[in-house]
Amino acid sequence: MKKLSKEPLNLIVAGVGGQGNVLMSFIIGKALVSQGYFVSVGDTYGASQRGGSVASHVRISEHTCYGSLIPGGHADVILSLEPAETLRMLGQFGNPDVVTLTNTRPIYPADVTSGRATYPNIDELLKLIEKLSAKLIVIKATDEAIKLGSPIFANVILIGALIGSGVLPLNKKSLEPILRENFPKEFDANIAAFNKGVELAGH
Amino acid sequence: MASIELDAPGTMQLLLGNEAIARGALEAGIGFAASYPGTPASEIMDNLASIANDMGIHAEWSVNEKVALEAAAGASFAGIRAIASMKQNGLNVSSDFLINLAMTGIGKGLILVVADDPGAISSSNEQDSRNICKWIDIPLLEPGNTQEAKDMTKWAFELSEELDTICMVRSVNRIGHTRGNVKLGELPKKEQRAYFPNIWNKFEPMRSKFAAGPFPQLHNVLHQKLAKAEEKFESSPFNWYMGPDNVELLVITSGASTSCCTEAVKELKLEDKVGIFKLATTWPIPENLIEKQLSRSQKVLFVEEVDPFIERSVMELAANLPPDSPHLIFYGKRSGHIPSYGELNPDLVINAIANVMGIPYQARDINYDKEAQELSKAVPVRALNLCPGCPHRATFWAVKNAFQLDGRDGFICGDIGCYALGFAAGGYYQSRTMHAMGSGAGVANGLGNLRQFGFEQPVIAMCGDSTFFHATIPALINGVYNKSNFILLILDNSATAMTGFQPHPGTGMTGSGEPAISINIEALCRSLGANVEVCDPFDLKNTTATLLRLMTEEGGINVVIMRRECEMVRAKRKKKFPYVVHVDPDICIGEACGCDRVCTRVLQCPGLIWDKQAGKSKIDEAVCTGCGLCVDICPEGAIIKSPT
Repeated sequence: MKKLSKEPLNLIVAGVGGQGNVLMSFIIGKALVSQGYFVSVGDTYGASQRGGSVASHVRISEHTCYGSLIPGGHADVILSLEPAETLRMLGQFGNPDVVTLTNTRPIYPADVTSGRATYPNIDELLKLIEKLSAKLIVIKATDEAIKLGSPIFANVILIGALIGSGVLPLNKKSLEPILRENFPKEFDANIAAFNKGVELAGH
Repeated sequence: MASIELDAPGTMQLLLGNEAIARGALEAGIGFAASYPGTPASEIMDNLASIANDMGIHAEWSVNEKVALEAAAGASFAGIRAIASMKQNGLNVSSDFLINLAMTGIGKGLILVVADDPGAISSSNEQDSRNICKWIDIPLLEPGNTQEAKDMTKWAFELSEELDTICMVRSVNRIGHTRGNVKLGELPKKEQRAYFPNIWNKFEPMRSKFAAGPFPQLHNVLHQKLAKAEEKFESSPFNWYMGPDNVELLVITSGASTSCCTEAVKELKLEDKVGIFKLATTWPIPENLIEKQLSRSQKVLFVEEVDPFIERSVMELAANLPPDSPHLIFYGKRSGHIPSYGELNPDLVINAIANVMGIPYQARDINYDKEAQELSKAVPVRALNLCPGCPHRATFWAVKNAFQLDGRDGFICGDIGCYALGFAAGGYYQSRTMHAMGSGAGVANGLGNLRQFGFEQPVIAMCGDSTFFHATIPALINGVYNKSNFILLILDNSATAMTGFQPHPGTGMTGSGEPAISINIEALCRSLGANVEVCDPFDLKNTTATLLRLMTEEGGINVVIMRRECEMVRAKRKKKFPYVVHVDPDICIGEACGCDRVCTRVLQCPGLIWDKQAGKSKIDEAVCTGCGLCVDICPEGAIIKSPT
């Protein structure tokens, strides 16, 4: 078991309901437990199946299971499937040391589509995100996922990017059996998406 | 997602709290489990049902929580350990039976797991179910993490048998829906035989123990059982203290709040000044143990969800301390240091402790904090909405148009399920009442019988297929019998969708995956004497016309079954979308159309977005599920569908 860069290490996996953040945090959590860490994963969610703001809090420790909610301002890593959700999480949990990995593809809420609210221009949005992050890794996960056959692969691409970025004490090898277990029928497509993410994060 | 049947004692697994509860029940050797879906309790039965056949247990999704508890009690009476699990509202449904069950006692170990939803994140209400234990005199256990969720569930069975009473295990969102490390225990491997024994009530020979009242003495017996429970709780290892012997502040906590307290004390670096007493056995409270804890400090802060349950019990106890005891100062919900409602989180507890201790707390760099708060104002709200492709959107659309055409200010009496969103923008604000399961039709009974007072508004009661079986049938019978006037819309999407697609009596499958009789909603309603019609909600024209006709021409009870499979169920069965949909930019004339952007401003399907630059509608290919509903509402015919 590698020593953690911080005790506990707090990771937020954010997105919009239906994008798969619960599955992502589950896969990451399982990989960490298989390496001997203590992990708590808590999900925050709206009442809707899809379309609401959702985030999983993943807390990693060498010694004990922490409570499942990260205190305000205490995220070490934010991994997000949707750029406005990235900024929402930074607003509540960011701090001068936070490392952010974000997808670029917006999902527009009904209030924006109907004209009752506005969604910031994506370039502006990424600038705001960068301002609040010590380090920012931008991944066009949905675009890459569509190239691989379905926008849903964005989540596994981002898991790959997280591993590729080296912020967690996990490597490619520790994820493979977990992906195999969770996607027995579609392992090839998912490992391809995962490897794509690792590559995009620059490793 | 995780296998709770893993025969690997001593290994560490990542389990969801609800999986841990299910595992604890297996380690206790249950033979019977019953439940009705409800967040945040559903995964207990989801998991037990999925392994029931392998493990040789009976696990069922019952028609409602009262029947679930009754069925579990039946198994217990015949010598089989049994578990009933449900969300807070389910406890309310089952309470009449539960109160009588407390009086008779049980056979083999019987436990009731109630999952509360502090903050009402996925519920119509917020309640603290612990209160019922005090009311009806049954023991109450509250696990504080995932490991304890397993271990205390197992212990609850032993306790239940020893005390001859049903035990309640109370979970909350942050227990049942938190994943954490769990060290597995042994799975028992002995065969069980069921037999209903003749055990006589000790106050009247030849009268079965399992027949409640009228014996006030039984109430006294219950009090004796509680006294015995309290004695056992005095030495329970699940109650613990962390901190120096004497402290400036003693925090008393339970359940999911425990980790908020340990985190807060660490965050504030107050380990040498603040002690934490975590109580897992919260009714009856172990008085001697608590008295000992109270001697550590004169200041006591209570941190619990949701009501001041321990707070009041301990204050009651403190009123009986010897007159020479030191004066205690209590902080908590009564003093306003802890909010009187809603879910707790580490920040609320950090601030409460900092406040009582008179020290400042800054969560992050102050300049960063200001900037983060300012910049994140750009983030738009995400209101609740129905999924893309949801047949309920079509139903609400047809209802809205039928009400408008009728013109008499008609409205929906809503119910519990995904279609509860009828009160919000996604359901066009058509639902004007919403309370408990089945209450839509119940309330409509009253409204539909006000004609002698000049009431003419059309009333539509709405329920889903699972809610119909759960609690709507009696309200429908009442309407027919008492000559009420309303339309009952049964949104039959072939699933208990909101809670994770559990089967129900209309789906033709049991919880453990065996084929079952599919109860025909249509035939059942007809047999009760109601007029029954069936519509496909995606056929907007016919559905709207049917609703309008029934509103204007028919009296009495009219049932309309809106039959269309939940999009998420359909997508699981068949990956391919029904249509590929696109907006033809040459036909869409945007704001100039005069339709008030009916597609994006009114329909509000997440799959349709507004292309600001082009000033036209557009399909979001990452979201749209190709249902084709929007094709029928565009007055210009600019939205085009083609088969996939």
